[in-house]
Formats: sequence, C-alpha cells, structure tokens
Amino acid sequence: MSAIAFPAPDFSIIRRRPEILAGLAALVPAEALISAEDELRPYESDALTAFRKMPLAVVLPSTTEEVAAVLKFCSQAGVPVVPRGAGTSLVGGSTPQEDAVVIGVAKMSRILDIDYANRTARVQAGVTNLAITGAVQADGFFYAPDPSSQLACSIGGNIAMNSGGAHCLKYGVTTNNILGLKLVLLNGDVVEIGGDHLDMPGFDMLGLLIGSEGQLGIVTEATVRILRSAEGARPVLFGFPKPELAGEAVAAIIGAGIIPVAMEYMDKMAIAICEDFAKAGYPMDAEALLIIEVEGSEQEMDDQLVRIIEIAKRHGVTTVRESKSAMETAAIWKGRKSAFGATGKIADYICMDGTIPTGQLPYVLTRIDELVTHYGLRVANVFHAGDGNLHPLVLYDINDPVERQKAEDCGLDILRLCVEVGGCLTGEHGVGVEKRDLMTVQFNKADLDQQMRVRAVFDPAWLLNPAKVFPLEGRIAA
Amino acid sequence: MSLFTPTSEAEAAQLVADLALTGKPVTIQGGATRAGFGRPIQTEATISTKAISGITLHEPAELVIAARGGTTVAEIEAVLAAKNQMLPFEPMDHRALFGTSGEPTIGGVVAGNHSGPRRIQAGACRDSLIGVRLVNGRGEAIKSGGRVMKNVTGLDLAKLVTGSWGTLGLLTEVTFKVLPRPERSLTLLIKNLDDARAVAALSAALGSPFEPTAAAHLPAGLSRPVARTILRLEGFSVSLEYRIAQLRALLAGYGEIIVLEGEDSSGLWRGVRDVEFLAAPEEAAIWRISTAPTRASGMVAGIAAAVPGARWFYDWGGGLVWLAVPPGGDAAATTVRAAVATAGGHATLVRAPREVRASIDVFQPLGALAAVTGGIKTSFDPGRIFEPGRMYAGV
Repeated sequence: MSAIAFPAPDFSIIRRRPEILAGLAALVPAEALISAEDELRPYESDALTAFRKMPLAVVLPSTTEEVAAVLKFCSQAGVPVVPRGAGTSLVGGSTPQEDAVVIGVAKMSRILDIDYANRTARVQAGVTNLAITGAVQADGFFYAPDPSSQLACSIGGNIAMNSGGAHCLKYGVTTNNILGLKLVLLNGDVVEIGGDHLDMPGFDMLGLLIGSEGQLGIVTEATVRILRSAEGARPVLFGFPKPELAGEAVAAIIGAGIIPVAMEYMDKMAIAICEDFAKAGYPMDAEALLIIEVEGSEQEMDDQLVRIIEIAKRHGVTTVRESKSAMETAAIWKGRKSAFGATGKIADYICMDGTIPTGQLPYVLTRIDELVTHYGLRVANVFHAGDGNLHPLVLYDINDPVERQKAEDCGLDILRLCVEVGGCLTGEHGVGVEKRDLMTVQFNKADLDQQMRVRAVFDPAWLLNPAKVFPLEGRIAA
Repeated sequence: MSLFTPTSEAEAAQLVADLALTGKPVTIQGGATRAGFGRPIQTEATISTKAISGITLHEPAELVIAARGGTTVAEIEAVLAAKNQMLPFEPMDHRALFGTSGEPTIGGVVAGNHSGPRRIQAGACRDSLIGVRLVNGRGEAIKSGGRVMKNVTGLDLAKLVTGSWGTLGLLTEVTFKVLPRPERSLTLLIKNLDDARAVAALSAALGSPFEPTAAAHLPAGLSRPVARTILRLEGFSVSLEYRIAQLRALLAGYGEIIVLEGEDSSGLWRGVRDVEFLAAPEEAAIWRISTAPTRASGMVAGIAAAVPGARWFYDWGGGLVWLAVPPGGDAAATTVRAAVATAGGHATLVRAPREVRASIDVFQPLGALAAVTGGIKTSFDPGRIFEPGRMYAGV
C-alpha cells in the first residue's frame, strides 16, 4: 500500500499557505486553527499509519457555522479539504495531503437531544459512538452499530464509512440507524437531510451520504435511532475442531430460522492472540471459535441456546461455554473487540475487510491459507460469520521492506479473492486510500463513472477528500 | 404511443440508448398497479419490464434473494415462503387503493421504496436492498452493491435509486437480504383509546425490550365502531407467551389487552399495510405523512379541524399517518403542507384526481435539496427521458 500514489501536491496552493492561514484565522478562534509543525504532527495520519502527510493546516471548528465558513473559504480558494472525525480509520479515510486543510469535528462532541418516546437522539458529529450509548443506557437504551473502535471513533466518521460492528446481523449498520443529518456542502450551504421521522422525501440522500467517505460534504449533526436494550444478552463460546464445521454450523443456525444478535468467528491464531490479551477463557485447543450471542429474557435466551447448541452438536462442536456473569460477558467481548489491538502487540499487521457470501466460507478460508503460505506469511482470521465480513490480519514485520511488500500483495490478493467469489472489497472499513486502486476489480467503468458523476454534483473540482475512493486515472469532473 | 418489452438487460440498455438519441420520454411499467401515483405525465413510449423477469439467486442459508426487475412480488414471496423466509419490509400492495388488478413487480416496489408495518422494526425496502442493476438514461447497464449483507464499497447508489420512481433508471435486477418467517405471529389489541393515548401506548411498547414488529392505531369509525390500538408480536412461541405477559403488565394503564391470532391477526395487518380501511370511497384523496410519533396526533387534530370529512389511521407506532380527505379543491394540500411543516416530516399525495395531481406538489417539496436533486437526475439521465416530472417538475 505504500505504493499507492497520492495526487501530486499542488505547489501553487502550498505557496499560498500564509494567505490561506490568514484567511482561516479570520473565520475561527485562534485555538481552533493549528498550523505549527509539532502540533500538526498528530494529524499526519489516521489509524492507517503507513501513510503520513503533513497538511497545510488543521481547523477544529466548534459549530456548524464555523465548518460552513471554512468550507466556503476553502472552496473559493480552491484548497482541498480532508474531513476528519476521531482519526481511527483503518483505510486512510482521513489521511491528509500537503496541499489540504484538515477539518476535524472532534470538538463538536455534544449530545443535543434525547427523545425516548420517539426513540431518537440528536448528536454532534464529533461525539464518540460509545458516548451515545453511554448517554442513554441508564434508561435502558442503546445505539446499535458497534465498531470495535467504538470507544474512540466518532459518529461523523461512522457516517462517512457506514461503519458496522459485531451486532449488525440483527440491528443493521450505520445507514440503517440514522434518520437525519445536518450537512455542510462545499459552498458553505447548510442543508438538513431527513429528520426525526422515518424515510426522507425525494431521492434518498441519507443513503447516498452515509458511506460517502467525506467526499460529498461535511456532516456536523446526526439524528440517530436509539433502541431499547434487550433484557439480557449472553455470549456463548463454541470451539470446533475444524474451521469448516464452524462455517456449517453458522449456515445451519440461520437455516433453522434463528438470527442470533452476533456470530463472530476466530481461527486458532486469533484465539491464541486474544486469549493471551483478554483472558476470556477461549478454548485454546480449538481450530475455530464461534462467539454466538443471544438476547432476551433468561427464558428466551435459554430457549434459543438449546436450539443453537443442538445444531452446534450436530456439527461436531467440542467446547460449549456459556457466559455466567456480566464480567465473563465483558471478557468474552473484550477479547474479540481487542483482536486488532492484541495482534498489534505481537506483530505488525494489515487488516483486510472483504465480505463474501457465507456459503463460500470454507473455500475462502482454504484459499487465504494457501495465499498466506505462498507469501511465507502468517494470518489471524477474525470475522463476522453471520454476514460474511472477513477480517484476515496478515502479520508481517514493518522493518522488513520485502516482507512488508509481500504482506501488501497478499492482502490485495485476498480482496481480489473476495470479489471473485461474489463478495466485495470492504464490508465496513471503507475504501479510503487503501483499496482505492482495487475499485476497478469490483466495478467496471460504467459503474464507477456513474458514481463519479454523482460525486461531481457535490464537488465538481475534486476538493473534498480527493485522494480517496476513486482511482486517480479516469476521474470524472462536472 | 409505443410499448417496448425488452427481454434482457442488454436489450433494455440498447433500447434506452436509442430512445435517448431521440430524446423521447418514457414511462417504465411493471405491473401497472401504481400507475396513478405521482404527477401525471405524458410520454410517447412505455417500457414494460414484464419480460425481464425471474429469480436469479436464492441462497436460503445466506438469507439472500435476487430477482430481475419485472419479477412479480407474488413469485418472490412464494419462493421465499417455500423456504420459510420472507422479505423483511412487508411491501405494501397498492391494488386496493388504486383499484388496479395487475401483479405488482419487485422493480416497482423498489422504485417506490414501498414498505409495510414491519418497517419500524426491520427497516424499509431500502434497508433490505443490498444490490441493484439498472440501465441509466445513457443506456448503460450499471450495478451498485451486490449480494453480500455488508458492503461499503463506493457510493451507495442502490439506496439512491430506491424510491426514485424510475426517474434515475430502469431497474433490471434487485437483491435483498431476507429473514426467516416467524414461527408464530399474533396481535395485541386495546380498545377505545383516543389518538394521543394510543400513540403513547404504542411508544411505551416500542420503547420496551419486547420488540413489537408492528404498531398501529385505527380510530373509531374506521371499519369498526370502536378505536383499535394494535401491536404485533412475532417469534418463537415460548418467547411470545412471555412477551404477552410483560406487555400486559406494561400497558395495564391503557386498558384490557385482547390477543388475536390467525386470520384475525394477519388480516388486520394486511389491512394496515395496504390501507384497505381508506380505500373506499374511491374518490377520496389519500395522503401519506411521515412524522415523529409524538407529534402525529396533534398534527392530525389540526388537519381534522380544518378539513371536514377527514378520516385517518396511524402505522409505524404513530409515525406514519394515512389520511383520506375530500378530493375537491387542492385535496387539502394547503392545510396538510402547513401542518407537516409545523410537525416536521413529509407528506405525499398518494391518490387524487388527475387534475389535482397536475396542479399541486404530489411529493414533499424539496426546498434546499432541489439543486442537488436536479444534479443527480442529470448524472443518471442527462436527456431526462425517464419518467420526466413524475416526482418533481424538471426531474
């Protein structure tokens, strides 16, 4: 990925830096404008740290009006803009560039309104995903999408990437849980899309905006659906002696009409890494682990689990362990949700995010194994089994340039494999910089041109997050 | 007036490319069961999707089905039912409302984003839709999304075209995630609540952990003399017994709960889904209003005070109001638009005489999004040949 090109910096913009800084300084309070090199350093990259670029400046507005003023100024001055939430993107969604101004919404982190009767909350874009649940959980409610980075990631970033999580099998992803947005267009106009009611009139701009990776405008507020929490939730660990048995069990559970709230898969390597980190009691002798979570009253959970365990037994399960306490539940999920972090402690890794038809699971696991072996690397597989969203973590040594290149090539091969079997490049992380040049594997020219023509309605001059999503060759403007 | 019936996506693409050259506007027709919906438009040509039909993929264990745009909803539902599955969003059938007799197609369902009572729990048509293929106004066959449930690759054009009424393209294939059919389905009924109390009861139930999959209120005089507030529970039998008991306790203050099952239950929800209660008299104009549930009854009371003869009911926990008004004048558009502006939300004039639909906004006016909407139309259909003006003038 280190080979992925950025657009050549526009030196005519970089040369105008003093006047651009002066222009920005007139629009926002002094503390909201960052221009000193040492203070810009934290904004050089997001969680895809292989890419680092020093931006022209970073602006951290506190209001929609400030965002609007800065966007208007940048568009009039022809300066590229890179929107940023909490900077947790794994695909370089907020990697800056030398001729761009970063607009970060992190300071806009207030929860503006909670409406239990209508089951909605209105929040600013910089509020963290988990803070929304935090604000309503004492009253028994939650915000459903739960990306692993939910402690840190912002709802604005979730909206940009259409983030998912472990529980979207039942509750859907970001786009299924947002009712309204306040959006600042590139020219500084502020528009309301949707509201606190269901569905929007006209074309579905909510659907278009969510997952548009900061290329159509900057979201400053969102109205989200909040849901009443189930009375209880209980994860169960199922250890299998063979990966394909776990895959078959997943298909059989769904085939029996049961939709557990989550079905998470880990292979032997991932089990070892996560168990070492979280001490969750994962079965170390298993070749594959499923974490299946059920919800409801005690009786409802028991009833569902009887059905699920009976199916798992038919598919050769060797370990079944139900969580017996809230602490145990927390440990089980801590292990899963820290899979990336824990892996990072033992090796450098590239995290893939393709989705496949779940019926292809056994074949794809075998092929991933072959690919990784071919490159002489190791892989830890973690994924959302119910929906086929894979996260193979390809392990490598960042200080070994040859191995790093192999890991990148291997990752790209895995994504090509996902598309080949009928899946896609990214299930929840987004395209960003990382998968930009693979878009032609999934889409043909007509597909991509249509997307770019829609994009051009919002940003004909490619000023908004321009290095991302679409291959640099063949771009369409207005 | 010419009728074209292409038999494949490739044929449809060639046909549209040819039509685009001449700039002839076209209507896209599935089962023609909703032909009276939208602004009246005159087109020289009609493209029927009838021959672009058939289920292309059904993987029950993956909870996914794909079908060509002209496939009938009945065929899809039958194939799913054979595997004990269903479309999650319970698509509305407009035949009762429009007095039409064709077979609704899945392309028509997506084109209108038609969702039924389960929308509050399982999402709208657009939420179940995971992939589309379509022919745009340039005669290009394009795709968005695919056949997997989680997919954030590129712009989500599948959602954008859902509910665009054919103005952006001709849908040739649509792919959905599906759900298992519940083992058991039943209705809890509370009688004699006024609108505000009813919505409060529905909100309490929807804000409970007991997961109603539908929540509606039928005021007194709507096919029955007493008001009926109804909640649907679906799932495994053991679980339903428990939830009935819990909801009885939770809603004790609202009145006695009666449990309905079988046709007594499913017939009621079919009536809600298809707006059967307001179908007659057939000359009445029908509005569909989406708003926040707690503001719905106040909004409706305001409209009712200004429009003698108005009748209505609530779906989606109170957030969806179906309103029948006398068809004269502007079919109460001025009153309805003003009330919706205050309450927040949007209103669509679903059924009205042609001359009324020709003279007022049928869909919610776009306001600040008009320019972007026009731009998106141009990006798909630069010659404006698909259903020009059906949603909005110039779109």
